[in-house]
Amino acid sequence: MAGSIKDRVAIIGMGCTRFGELWDKGPTDLVVDSVEEAYTDAGIEAKDIEALWGGSIFTAHGGRFFTEALRMQYIPATHVVNACASGQDAIRNAAYAVAAGIYDIVLAIGVEKIKDEGMSGLPGMDNRTHTHAVATMPGVFAIMATKYFHRYGLTPEEGKTMLAKISVKSHANGSLNPKAHLRNVLTIERVLNAPIIAWPLGLFDCCGVSDGGAAAILTSAERAKEFRKDPVYIKALQICGTPSSGRITTDYDYTHVEESYRAGAAAYREAGVTDPLKEISMAEVHDCFSITEAVTMEDLQFSPRGKVKDDIDAGTFELNGELPVQPDGGLKCFGHPIGASGIRMVYELYLQLQGRADKRQIKDPKLGLAHNLGHEPYAPLCSVCIVGL
Amino acid sequence: MPGERAVAYYDEDSVTMAVEAAIDCLRDIDSHTVDGLLFATTTSPYKEKLCSATMALALALRRDIQTADITSSLRSGTTAMNFALDAISSGRASSMLVTASDMRLSPPSGMTEQALGDAAGALLLGKDNVIVEVQGSHSISDELAATWRGETDTFIRSWEDRMTMDESYSKVMPEAMEGVMKKCGLSPKDFAKVVFDPPGDVRRHGRVAGELGFEPAQLLDPGGLFMSVGLLGSAMSFTMLVAALEQAKPGDKILFASYGNGADAFVLQVTDAIEKFGERRGFHKHLESKKMMRSCNDYLRWRDIVPLDQARRPERGHISVAANWRERYVDLGLWGVKCRRCGTPQYDYGGMTTTPIRVCAVCQAVDDFEDYNFARKKATVFSFTHDMLAPSLDPPTSVAMIDFEGGGRSLFDLTDRDPDQVQLGMEVEMTFRKVFADRGLNNYFWKARPIRC
Repeated sequence: MAGSIKDRVAIIGMGCTRFGELWDKGPTDLVVDSVEEAYTDAGIEAKDIEALWGGSIFTAHGGRFFTEALRMQYIPATHVVNACASGQDAIRNAAYAVAAGIYDIVLAIGVEKIKDEGMSGLPGMDNRTHTHAVATMPGVFAIMATKYFHRYGLTPEEGKTMLAKISVKSHANGSLNPKAHLRNVLTIERVLNAPIIAWPLGLFDCCGVSDGGAAAILTSAERAKEFRKDPVYIKALQICGTPSSGRITTDYDYTHVEESYRAGAAAYREAGVTDPLKEISMAEVHDCFSITEAVTMEDLQFSPRGKVKDDIDAGTFELNGELPVQPDGGLKCFGHPIGASGIRMVYELYLQLQGRADKRQIKDPKLGLAHNLGHEPYAPLCSVCIVGL
Repeated sequence: MPGERAVAYYDEDSVTMAVEAAIDCLRDIDSHTVDGLLFATTTSPYKEKLCSATMALALALRRDIQTADITSSLRSGTTAMNFALDAISSGRASSMLVTASDMRLSPPSGMTEQALGDAAGALLLGKDNVIVEVQGSHSISDELAATWRGETDTFIRSWEDRMTMDESYSKVMPEAMEGVMKKCGLSPKDFAKVVFDPPGDVRRHGRVAGELGFEPAQLLDPGGLFMSVGLLGSAMSFTMLVAALEQAKPGDKILFASYGNGADAFVLQVTDAIEKFGERRGFHKHLESKKMMRSCNDYLRWRDIVPLDQARRPERGHISVAANWRERYVDLGLWGVKCRRCGTPQYDYGGMTTTPIRVCAVCQAVDDFEDYNFARKKATVFSFTHDMLAPSLDPPTSVAMIDFEGGGRSLFDLTDRDPDQVQLGMEVEMTFRKVFADRGLNNYFWKARPIRC
């Protein structure tokens, strides 16, 4: 591979709205609120931004949405649509433009206004002929849970208890976060007794559905310290596309996500990480469902294949564990305004690295990893972003 | 009214049931040898559009065949049978597949609702290796509105049944049956069985048989299957004939008739070939593998008779006729491909963008495939969920990733399943179902179901 983004681009300012059912906030509010926080954080003004990339899959239709909301004065603007990785891909494109030396200061935004739909869940994404199986997103991830339990010999009770611990952990973290949508503390009993959404996944195995926005201001590593003493450097930005063969050929095991594994492995190479469990200080992964987080721990090589249960039971991923995962509460507590999620994850890593995470602060973190998984487990697009000091 | 009734599932209609019966009929027969397909029904989903053309794709029939829907009459099955026999006699066709299927609706809580059943039958008529010879036929036309549905009627209307049975059924049926016996020089004692539709009052069925001089033992059963499946509309005669043939022996003569604004009667002679006739599910195996419904409320819901709260889920968009047409072999025929380079069978109904398969998912060969049909393949459940969030007329929505015997995998809805019985590794087969309706158009597609029997 030709080059690496490691230590060439820095984040000098970030902003993030509170996520939730923000009935009184429109799409523009989510953009302006997150970007204004980022401007203030970086100590810059709108006129300093030279180009922007905005991630969104439902709310924006073209780059104009972002320039209009921010009244940006004739700068280049690109709308990034890349499923659940839209926000991270906005950062990736913005970072590459800086690394290429084209711009000095750029803006990456992610936003989604979902709660105007009048229903739970995400807006529809039907195929043209309306013929395919009608499983929901909980459904297609539930199929992974069914298979995972079966393959590794977990009874439904054992499997569901393993998953419940993931949700309990994330809610414990989210309860400490004023920007989280869901801040209630859960118990394993409550998770296990919740209504089934798509068997074997219950209500608390599923992330929330929220509105939200997040933004990052990037500049070159050379200039970063002009803006702040503690910029956060980008160590790796990887995206792995899919041949969508997991639903076509019989060799896909449905107990891992190849695209997550490959995006992770590529990011580790790019960042020079050789022992992820030891070297990564914290991770924000795409816990759209509890089973997704479990499998992602294996895909990102934090846990051996089939062994994540041991690490969950050992508390490895809890806030005071060896490798805290979802220190901010994750998708589980923030919900998943698609375009915003990837940047919201990086926002938490950024705060943690700068020691600004308040009650959630992890001791002395060095490297943080953010991971998104778009579409279904058998045909996903995955991104991994590593940032550090 | 005592007994049991056959009820089509929420994702079935007269088209899908006819396909199901036809698949069973063609079980060991090359579908390319079939020269025509007739679909007889009073419950066509369309006033204007041919259902048999849809069915021909699901059944993988040739393109240079005659397809026709014979509708409106309760004896449309035997009418279609006569047309098919004429086509074969004239030499215009060597074999004709005739299906009769009905799913009629009655206003809730009336006698008719208690009497009706849903079913389909299929007969393959031809010249060679026949298991039954048609030795004669006789038809009567009779004008009377005994039951009817007008242009805008959802439910059956009917006139006072004693009048219609006195003046039509009880006269026309004997007239047709006597007519064909006379043409063939036969009398009731020459027949092993007499098979003909019962009317709304099934007691009249036995009375007609008795008055014609048949003994009770010559009847298929006293109520003509009424007690086990109900009155099946245009599918009644075919269903009864199939049930009779399952018990028939070489040399048996069967007097076969169907009623509806007149009657068609046939003299049938069972040949030696019936001994070698391959296994079919036919009537009895389908009946034995029935599932009991939980409640009548399910029926009202499945038939859209009572309005339901809408699931708070995204509204689905409109059907694109162009996309349907472009993907007709993929969707209606369940055609996939087999890569000529790496040999991998592949089916893709298309995520958001992709159909048909142009590039091999394994070796990336482009346009180097042979057609490969998945509709008749068995498969096993690789993994599954019961989705409570996905809207369904019979929740939960069971969805499974299935692996086809011989290769190929896809995600399909699981239908006709008991959620508690679904397991990894469970064997499934493909079944043609109605999956979506929009602006008067139905989309049909395939679902997986546990092997029925």
